[in-house]
Amino acid sequence: MTLRSPLRGVLGLGSAKEGVHAWWMQRLSALALVPLSIWFVVSLLALPALDQATLVAWMGQSWTALLLILFVLVAAWHSHLGVRVVLEDYVPDPGALTLSLVLARFVHVLLAAAGVFAVLRIAFGGAPP
Amino acid sequence: MLKRPLSPHLEVYKLKYTLIGSGMHRLTGLGLSAGFVLLVYWLMAVAGGARANAHASRLLSLPVAKVLYALLIIAFSYHLLAGIRHLIWDTGRGLERKPAERSAWLLAVASVVLSLVLGCFAWLASGRTP
Repeated sequence: MTLRSPLRGVLGLGSAKEGVHAWWMQRLSALALVPLSIWFVVSLLALPALDQATLVAWMGQSWTALLLILFVLVAAWHSHLGVRVVLEDYVPDPGALTLSLVLARFVHVLLAAAGVFAVLRIAFGGAPP
Repeated sequence: MLKRPLSPHLEVYKLKYTLIGSGMHRLTGLGLSAGFVLLVYWLMAVAGGARANAHASRLLSLPVAKVLYALLIIAFSYHLLAGIRHLIWDTGRGLERKPAERSAWLLAVASVVLSLVLGCFAWLASGRTP
């Protein structure tokens, strides 16, 4: 029988066993970005041209669109985690830190959403010629 | 202001290349975050059609942009290889002083080589597209 009061758990004191979450997510996204970023750079360099028609045809392929969306999402996630760590390390003022963390999150969500939207619009033929 | 013990400040460490390498990983990471903004801008331009793309591609082919691409290639090469080194460290391997110093040198050489290779390909590719 334990004499410890359950109040401790209710108040959220003590370890929540989530201390390594951000650390682990950073590693997971890093691992995924190794093949994704190599694929992106190599295919971009292998394109015959970078004009509208070539790009639309390239992103019109299902696998290209899918991998691009994954790349944008994972890159945004990884970038957010990285920027967050840097802000937490170098912004000493608590108010400024909170503000910059909120801003960083908003900007990354915006970038991820815009990137996915753009790829989908092109892939589904919605981009004007 | 902080009511907790602080780890020793940066100045107490001897400036060694392994330390510079660690700082570089952060710096190149931040650079790539900025590059990600550029990537999304470019995707949105293509999605907006040829007219929006024409304006953006004029912007993206300015000489300043080319310097930016060169920097992004260097940042990508370094961050990718240093990131792989970090992932190997996470398995508990190569953390001792000797292997860490050796891999720091290897990283420096390999990232320069990768930057040059990617830079050459990008230069050749830019020759194809007027």
